[in-house]
Amino acid sequence: MENPKSIIKVEELQTSFYTHKGEIKAVDGVSFDVPSGKTLGIVGESGSGKSITSLSIMRLLEDPGKIKGGKITFNGEDLLAKSESNMRTIRGNRISMIFQEPMTSLNPVFTIGDQIAESYMIHEGLSKKQALRKALGMLELVGIPSPKDRLKAYPHELSGGMRQRAMIAIALACNPELLIADEPTTALDVTIQAQILRLINGLQEELGMSMMLITHDLGVVAETCDYVAVMYAGKIVEYADVDTLFKSPKHPYTVGLLQSLPRHDIDQDELNVIKGMVPRPDDLPEGCRFAPRCPFATRLCEEKLPSLDDIDDKNQVRCWIYNDQWDGPEVNVKDDYRTAQSD
Amino acid sequence: MPETTVNVSTQNTKRINPQLENFKTMWRKLKTNRVAMAGGILILFFILVSFIGPLLTSLDPNSPDVSSRLQSPSSEHWFGTDNHGRDIFTRIIHGMSITLYIGFSSVAIGMVVGVFIGIMAGYYGKRTDAILMRIMDVFLAFPGILLALGIVAVLGGSINNVIIAIAIFSIPVFARIVRGSTLSVKKLEYIDAVRALGASDARIIFRHILPNILSPIIVQATLRVATAVLTASGLSFLGLGAQPPTPEWGAMLAAGRNYMWEYPHIALFPGLAIVAVVLAFNLFGDGVRDALDPKIKS
Amino acid sequence: MFVYTIRRLIQTIPVIIGVTLVVFLMMHLIPGDPAQIMAGERADEVQVEQMRDRLGLNDPYYVQYASFISNAVQGDLGNSVRSGRAVSSEIGARFWVTVELAFYSTLLSIFIGLIAGIVSATRRNSLLDMFIMIFALFGLSMPNFWLGLMLIQYFALRIDWLPVSGWGSPEQLLLPVITLGTAGAAIIARMTRSSMLEVIHQDYIRTARAKGVPERYVIYKHALRNALIPVVTVVGLQFGVLLGGAVLTETVFAINGLGRFVVEAIRMRDFPIVQGSVLVLAMLFVFVNFLVDLSYRVLNKRIELD
Repeated sequence: MENPKSIIKVEELQTSFYTHKGEIKAVDGVSFDVPSGKTLGIVGESGSGKSITSLSIMRLLEDPGKIKGGKITFNGEDLLAKSESNMRTIRGNRISMIFQEPMTSLNPVFTIGDQIAESYMIHEGLSKKQALRKALGMLELVGIPSPKDRLKAYPHELSGGMRQRAMIAIALACNPELLIADEPTTALDVTIQAQILRLINGLQEELGMSMMLITHDLGVVAETCDYVAVMYAGKIVEYADVDTLFKSPKHPYTVGLLQSLPRHDIDQDELNVIKGMVPRPDDLPEGCRFAPRCPFATRLCEEKLPSLDDIDDKNQVRCWIYNDQWDGPEVNVKDDYRTAQSD
Repeated sequence: MPETTVNVSTQNTKRINPQLENFKTMWRKLKTNRVAMAGGILILFFILVSFIGPLLTSLDPNSPDVSSRLQSPSSEHWFGTDNHGRDIFTRIIHGMSITLYIGFSSVAIGMVVGVFIGIMAGYYGKRTDAILMRIMDVFLAFPGILLALGIVAVLGGSINNVIIAIAIFSIPVFARIVRGSTLSVKKLEYIDAVRALGASDARIIFRHILPNILSPIIVQATLRVATAVLTASGLSFLGLGAQPPTPEWGAMLAAGRNYMWEYPHIALFPGLAIVAVVLAFNLFGDGVRDALDPKIKS
Repeated sequence: MFVYTIRRLIQTIPVIIGVTLVVFLMMHLIPGDPAQIMAGERADEVQVEQMRDRLGLNDPYYVQYASFISNAVQGDLGNSVRSGRAVSSEIGARFWVTVELAFYSTLLSIFIGLIAGIVSATRRNSLLDMFIMIFALFGLSMPNFWLGLMLIQYFALRIDWLPVSGWGSPEQLLLPVITLGTAGAAIIARMTRSSMLEVIHQDYIRTARAKGVPERYVIYKHALRNALIPVVTVVGLQFGVLLGGAVLTETVFAINGLGRFVVEAIRMRDFPIVQGSVLVLAMLFVFVNFLVDLSYRVLNKRIELD
């Protein structure tokens, strides 16, 4: 994953939750970087650790979550070495975040205007009056109709889509270098989803931001991302640019995800759902974490965890099939997945 | 291409499992809650004391003994003696059963009536609901113990009247909570299914609604016993409840009032006894609430 | 807000009617002959008949109720059967004492309760939190009259700092207000704590942190404003408990307020006084609840008119 200019570089990140049942490894040695001005998609099912990864970057983990190891470099600065007060000057200013639930992510007792203005007051030291004026500009930018009235509105007076626009206005207020969008459209109606994605994409270009898009939805990835990291049970299992990933996916899990997308070019009787469940983070399999659900899994897969290796310069894959030690029959994952799964 | 959007994750569909929350599962949850267990053990201990205690104490709680008036605590009289020379420890032990009797019976009556009203209001809704709940609102408009005070004023002061007063005073509290819970249970799909199968109202209420709203009722009942004990002792303290020489703790405090300035032990120990019992029920109620019904707030 | 105020006002009307009805019925629910009871056991036939006449017990119920209401609206709550003086003037003199006592006690319980609750929530599971919560549990398990007696015993008699009884001077206020305010402080502290702990895990708190809001403001601006909403309801309910508790506190401290007055009237079987006092206290509580609902509405932007 060597990209010349990356805005953020995550190396061997390990985040764990320390509960009375013991350590739960939510993120287990994740590395990636986001090239300047580009969008990286992090894809995975719930429980894969993708949201914890983004909260780790923001250093916003709540107890009992802790970053156990690894390095996060943002524009050459080591984020994990920063003091909490230094970190605060970065949050909402140089790195911003949009959350999944526009319904609950806005404070119900403050007006939209106040909540946007707060960023300017904290990070740019503006007076309330100046801050509100800039907040008005942000509302216009994110395309909220009659922004003057909305400035004085409370969150419950806005629709879900409008609230998410307001969230975006808050996040982009101080012109951040990196935007982390955690499932920004999941909670919205399908038609609104497209509008919000288009808005985020447009603003990204306009403002020259880099972006991390966390999603479980490959459709969203195809539309917005330049690079994709697929996460499964706390680890990255495949990393590639978006074209490569969609054209020649390598990891059985990626293939499974792609085939579970509904297609419009062929008749389908049913969707191909990946069988089985994501393993519980407190009960991870010993070998490859996907092995229990993988149609190609062999004894090797069940016993030893594969490493994330470069193959043909385009994909990085964590799978034994592409390794010299592979002990199973030769397979073409993409073509054989369906028949293998139905066996 | 927003049409391609699909939810890959195994989305947990929000369907509430209409499981009957039977006592076994309640007990399992309770067992692990240390606060509830501590309160529960204390309550059991107090119940035991109320039965066995009077058999173990050799002194008579009510007969005066002028020769040993107003003695400070000693090995002979653990909590000292009162102005009539009666052993305060003995009187407190004998008073335990009175306190628990008032607490349990008043709450039991209030609970039965309140639950009935609450279920009627919640289940039948509309006019029934509006009328019943407006009546409950009227009772709730009397601040604190004032309603109990008014009832005792009408009926006259005695232990049984105190029980009736506190029972009436508890009804609206139960009715409100039960109405709310009934409304939320009634919305569950399976209640519709049961009704479609032709179950009678009575069957739906007793077999399907009541078992599902037991948790908040139990929590409220426990906490209400604590309130009932406090209210009853207050009424007796005012001379409107248990009458002397009954060893009721509030009445003991009232009787000892004129002597407590010089002999503080007369007022100290009956008060501590009230605190101990109320504390036990509050502890148990808190624990039960955390264990069974983390969502409801006091 | 105006519409809400009006609607809320209209909602109180049936409650007020119900309260007057209950208070009116008090006299008629007395087992036996109220006239006989109030005239005293030794009263002869003629005296009892006079009492019956004075109380208007010979009229049909609805006439009695109508005159009760129309008199009450005009401020006439009848006359004491003992002193013969107007109930309204007897109450008026004592009403403000009780209001003062309840008001200061409420202030104290809000003040102590909020601080203790916030400290407990922000230092969750610390020793201080445990100490506060144990203290609060005792606070709400103590009968206030007993607490009053113990405070007098220690602060007034043992170390002689404060007066034993009475009402008026600041020194006289202190012990009764602590006595009456303690349980409320305990309840508000517990409520504030649990409400804060719930709010602190909400998504919008994470949003505030993600904005770079300093933790101090996250707690005192973003979290507290939301956590206070349920606490307001508790304060309102607590005011009622407190008004009832005033009866006991006033008795313990020999304060010449409405609460102690009621108890004396009950002992003297002076029912017009009991009726009048109960009615006034209930009306005060209804009024305070109305105010609490309005402030709840101001704090909570989300509730809709229903």
